[in-house]
Amino acid sequence: MVVDLDVCTGCQACAVACLAENNVGIVGEEMAAMGRAQHWIRIERYWDEGVYPEARAQFVPVMCQQCDKAPCEPVCPVFASVHSEDGLNSQVYNRCIGTRYCAHNCPYKARVFNFFAPQFPSPLEQQLNPDVTVRSVGIMEKCTFCVQRIRRVRERARVEDRPIADGEIMPACVQTCPPGALVFGDAADPDSQVSRLMASRRGFRLLEAFNTEPSVVYLKREGGLDV
Amino acid sequence: MSERGTPGAKGAGDPSKATSTGPTPEEAALAFEAAGVKTTPALTESDLRALDRDLDARVFGAMESISIRYLLLVGFLGSVVAFGAFAFGWQIYKGIGVTGLNRPVFWGFYIASFVFWIGISHAGTLVSAILRVLKVEWRMPLTRAAEAMTLFALMIGGLFPIIHLGRNWRFYWMIPVPNERGLWPNFRSALMWDLLAILTYITASSLFLLLPLIPDLATARDRTRGLRRRIYGLLSFGWRGTQQQWHRLHVAMRVFTIVVIPIAVSVHTIVSWDFGMTLVEGWRSTVFGPYFVIGAIYSGMAALITVLVLVRRSLKLDDYVTLRHFDRLGKVLLAVSVIWFYMFWAGFLTDWYGGSTVAKLIQHEHVAGHSAVLFWTMMVVNVLVPFLFLWFRRVRTSMPAMLVISLLVNVGMWIERFLIVTSPRINSLSYDWGSYTPQWPEIAIATATFAAFALLYVLFSKALPLISLWEVKEGWRVDRWRREGLVEAETDVPPLATGTTAATGATGSAVRGGAS
Repeated sequence: MVVDLDVCTGCQACAVACLAENNVGIVGEEMAAMGRAQHWIRIERYWDEGVYPEARAQFVPVMCQQCDKAPCEPVCPVFASVHSEDGLNSQVYNRCIGTRYCAHNCPYKARVFNFFAPQFPSPLEQQLNPDVTVRSVGIMEKCTFCVQRIRRVRERARVEDRPIADGEIMPACVQTCPPGALVFGDAADPDSQVSRLMASRRGFRLLEAFNTEPSVVYLKREGGLDV
Repeated sequence: MSERGTPGAKGAGDPSKATSTGPTPEEAALAFEAAGVKTTPALTESDLRALDRDLDARVFGAMESISIRYLLLVGFLGSVVAFGAFAFGWQIYKGIGVTGLNRPVFWGFYIASFVFWIGISHAGTLVSAILRVLKVEWRMPLTRAAEAMTLFALMIGGLFPIIHLGRNWRFYWMIPVPNERGLWPNFRSALMWDLLAILTYITASSLFLLLPLIPDLATARDRTRGLRRRIYGLLSFGWRGTQQQWHRLHVAMRVFTIVVIPIAVSVHTIVSWDFGMTLVEGWRSTVFGPYFVIGAIYSGMAALITVLVLVRRSLKLDDYVTLRHFDRLGKVLLAVSVIWFYMFWAGFLTDWYGGSTVAKLIQHEHVAGHSAVLFWTMMVVNVLVPFLFLWFRRVRTSMPAMLVISLLVNVGMWIERFLIVTSPRINSLSYDWGSYTPQWPEIAIATATFAAFALLYVLFSKALPLISLWEVKEGWRVDRWRREGLVEAETDVPPLATGTTAATGATGSAVRGGAS
């Protein structure tokens, strides 16, 4: 995935889309103030130096970085945090016993925990996505890159006996992003849009010093579009 | 007690020292310390028997009577434990969210308590095993209390990782047994090492407590009747105090003593690796292994002193747990305090000088930020107070002073663990910083474990002798044989089938314990 910080407006549509797509529980204001918001993708807002009208806000969408060397994986005692064969860092909800060790070891704080059983205040319970498990109390969850959408496209392509087209897989956040700051695709394919964007000189990975090899590449904000 | 006053004068001894009162048990128990200094006369066989009777009478006397105060204490501690159990039930019913935990402070009170209790458990191993290996003889009256402490602290500490789980009812998924999920636990996880280390330590420390209990259990068996006798009889595994049984016990203890030390060190190292091996700034550290081990020994020694002050007073064991013991324990505590500060400083300076932004921010929080009160309390009670006061014999031999200092050290060590465990509230992405305030279930459960520890101890004191009777008795005899040149000065194990006096003496103590 590529996140172009020059394009992101911080509108948070991605966060809302994610909540709807992935059956993420609503924790309410009080819990969110305690730091228990369940967002799988969040817009981190940082201010430039100075005072408001001069100082500009910077928006950084942060979701699970799907690290190749994911620090959450070796620390899980019950193999709930594992690598899938297609390179995703997946969380097996049924295995999780809630040690929360993975969440500590994630430098991106991308993992969120079900401190209580998830709530879906009416009428939200009517729009639960049947493709996604509703999690129970006491387990860890996080962004999956909308694995249900990846699987669906891959199965369709297999049935139709064709390769997956570039841009055919669209996680909910990518689909929703109004200015198109989020781009998803196959980084192994040199001709895909993500691969071209990743090659940009503006590209960097979040907290690279931890050597986690994230799958998400951010494009630095420079004030103009530059690919 | 009149039996104490057996005449101490004997052929080899200096007749001028003979008085009508003779050696008190306290003097006698300490006499072997002064081996080589021939000022006090060697004990005669009848002295020894009188001392044995007195010791048995006191220890078993304390076990056999149950006062109203005792029942009130048990009731009080029991109700605190029951309230903690209620809080745990509430947490299971409502969800782990009833705690103050959040993102990014996923670990809090429970893990701090876990590390704290595992630390306390090191007292037993240190005092008992290390002093055994070093053949420090003043340990003898202290070993049982210390070994019991190890086991109880481990039983309690081991509960915390389970209480802390999001789905406590699935804790057994970590246990490596064939299961319907077809899934083996992940041995790359430091939490698995933790589980195995603690289970190993509990097994080892149970055996370490049980082995030297066997002769005393046999003594208890022979002093009681009815159901108690049957239970003690079962637990003493048919101990009759034969030469061969003593030999086997000594060999087993020698092996165990050496085996249990690396286990204890590894357990706390592994606990530290839960933190030290992560990517979390403020945790990731190479010094954490030895730092946690010394911290464990520090809090364990302090807890042992607390327990000894209280046990000594409530069971009236002044003659066996003497001021000289506190003097020495105080010296050890001072030394460990200094080492602890050295380790702390080694880690602190590295982070400070190394200049990692997040690590420095965490330090700033501790020194001058939100956790400054806790941090400086810890510095005062863990470093300043021991360093200022423990140099003085008058402080080390004052029961109120030692009680206060040892309690303060443990308050400080608890704070230290709390500060470490909650430091991820400052992390690499400043948008995700947070704070942590413990909620009532966490406080109730943590308090309940202190009550549970006290309760286990209180119940133990009525069920089993809190002083290792045979070791104290053996100490008296070894001292005597040493003066008579029957054993080497360094040994603390009676020789087998050498001098007849030694042989009958060694078996004599247990047989007599059994026959009387």
